[in-house]
Amino acid sequence: MFEVRIHSRGGQGGVTAARLLALAAIRDGKYATACPFYGAERRGAAVVSYVRIDDRPIRVYSQIRHPDLVLVLDPSVMEVVDVLQGMKEGGRVLMNGSEPREMKGIPTFAVDLTGIALRERLVVAGSPILNTPVLGALAKMGIITMESAKMAIKEMFSDQRNVTAAEAAYAELIA
Amino acid sequence: MLTVATGNKAVAAAVKQACPSVVAAYPITPQTEIVEQIAEYVTSGELKSQYIPVESEHSAMAACIGAGVTGVRTFTATSSHGLHYMHEMVNWAAGARLPIVMANVNRALGPGWNIWAEHTDAFQERDTGWLQVYVASVQEAYDATLMAFRIAEHESVLLPVMVNLDGFLLSHSMQPLQSVDIGDFIPPIHLPHAIDISDPTSYGTLTGPNDYFRLRWDIERSMRDSVPVIRETQEEFARRFGRKYDFVEEYRCDDAEVVVIAMGTLGKEAEVAVDLLRREGLKAGSMRIRWLRPFPRIDLSGKEVVVIDRDYSFGFGGVIARSLAATEGVTPFSVIAGLGGQEVTYDDIAGFVRGRRPGEELWFGVNGHV
Repeated sequence: MFEVRIHSRGGQGGVTAARLLALAAIRDGKYATACPFYGAERRGAAVVSYVRIDDRPIRVYSQIRHPDLVLVLDPSVMEVVDVLQGMKEGGRVLMNGSEPREMKGIPTFAVDLTGIALRERLVVAGSPILNTPVLGALAKMGIITMESAKMAIKEMFSDQRNVTAAEAAYAELIA
Repeated sequence: MLTVATGNKAVAAAVKQACPSVVAAYPITPQTEIVEQIAEYVTSGELKSQYIPVESEHSAMAACIGAGVTGVRTFTATSSHGLHYMHEMVNWAAGARLPIVMANVNRALGPGWNIWAEHTDAFQERDTGWLQVYVASVQEAYDATLMAFRIAEHESVLLPVMVNLDGFLLSHSMQPLQSVDIGDFIPPIHLPHAIDISDPTSYGTLTGPNDYFRLRWDIERSMRDSVPVIRETQEEFARRFGRKYDFVEEYRCDDAEVVVIAMGTLGKEAEVAVDLLRREGLKAGSMRIRWLRPFPRIDLSGKEVVVIDRDYSFGFGGVIARSLAATEGVTPFSVIAGLGGQEVTYDDIAGFVRGRRPGEELWFGVNGHV
C-alpha cells in the first residue's frame, strides 16, 4: 500500500488534491481512499489529508502515520508542523516551491505550483489553484499515470487550463 | 459504472435510484452532503421526488410519516443531535409501520461539542423498532441503502430501516463506487394500511392496553420475520450484482481461537490487525457486526472474544460486549474505543487482542494503553 500525506492550509484545496489523486489512481485500475482529516478547520489553518493507493480494497481508515510520500502544498506550514514526522524509510517529499530544499536527507522534489497556477491564470477567490497542477508532478514521480491524471482532472473540472497546468508541472518537476 | 464518491454521495446516488416520492430533510454535519446532493438531483430533474426542506429533524421525520401513511416511499437523512431531536417521531415511524429509510451518519453527542464518529447516537434508537445496518465502505453505503428500501417495504417487515455510516471516516472519504442498474430489484411500494386520500376519514386512534400490547408484539414478530427477508435480499443482491453481504462479516474466523468484534470502519481496520496477529502466530479472526437490529446470533463457542464498542451505555457497559455476553454467553474482553472520533489504528486493535483480559473492560487511552 502506498500512503500519501498532504499538508496544506484550509482553503488551499488539499482535500480536493487528495480526491483527485485517489480518482486518478482508481482510473489506473487501483483501489484508493482519500480521507481528509476534519478538525475544527478554518481558512488558513494548517490541515492534513490522506490518500491510500493499493492493488486490493483498502481496509484502513485511521490516519497515516508512516507516509511513503509527503506532499507540501504550502511550505509555510513547516513552521508549525513537522511534515517529516513518521516518514517511511525510502519515502519522498514533494514540495510546492521553485527548488528542492534539504530535508534531512530525504529525497525531495519541487515544482512551482503557485507560479504555474498564476501563469495559467488558475485563480479562484484570489487563491492560486494548486491541486490540479500537482497531479502532473505526481504523474512524473510515477505515482499515477499522466493519462489518468488528466482523466481525473477532466472528470472534476471543465476548465482546460487545469490540464495545461498539470502538463506544465509534469515538465517542470525538479528532483 | 465505476466512479468515485464519498459515503454521503453514495447514499444519495442509491436514493436517486430508489426514487422515493418524498424526501424531507434538514442539514446537519457530517450528513449535510447527502441532502444537498438529493436536493440537486431534484432541482436538475434527475430525481422526481417532492423535496421538503423542513425547519427541524423532528419535522423531517414527521413529514416522512405524513407522506408515508399515504403509501408512498420516503427518505430522510440525519446525524447525532438531529437523530435525537426527531426521537419522538423515530418511535412513531416504527409504531405506524411505515417503511421509511433513513441514513444516519454516526456522530458523537454533546457536550463536549464533537462532530466525529461514534455509534452511541444510533444505538440510543435501538429499542424503537427500526432495523439498523452499519456499513464499512462507500460501496457498502450505496448497496445497503438500495437493500434498505426492499427490506423495509417487504410485506412481512413493514418497518423503517436506518443505514448507518461513520461520520467523516465514511461520509467524507472518497472511494471507488460501482453503481448498478437496479432494474426491478426494489419492487413498487405497497402499504396495506395506506390511507385513501380521495376519501378523507377521521379516526379516533386512542389504543387501549390490549390492542396496544398486540401492536407491540406485532412489531417484534415483524422484526423476527425480517431475518429471512434480510438474508434473502442480501442473497438476491449478490446474485444480481455480485457483491455478498451477511449479518456478520467474518474474516479468517474458521480456525480462529480469538476473534475481535467491531462495527463500521473499525470492523474493517480489525481485519488488518488480524493479518498482523496471524503473522505473529496467533490464530486470530475478526467479525464485523452489520445488523444491530435485528441483532444477529453468532456462534462464538470455543473462541475467546474481544469486543470493541464505539458506543457506551453508562452504568452498564459497551452495548455490543454486553449484548454478546447475554445472547451468546461469552465473557468478552470489552474495549471501549473510538468515542468522539478517537483515533484507533490496526496496531491499537492488535494490541487489544494481545493484551486481552476476559471479563474486564478497557477504556482505550484512559486507563492505560495495552
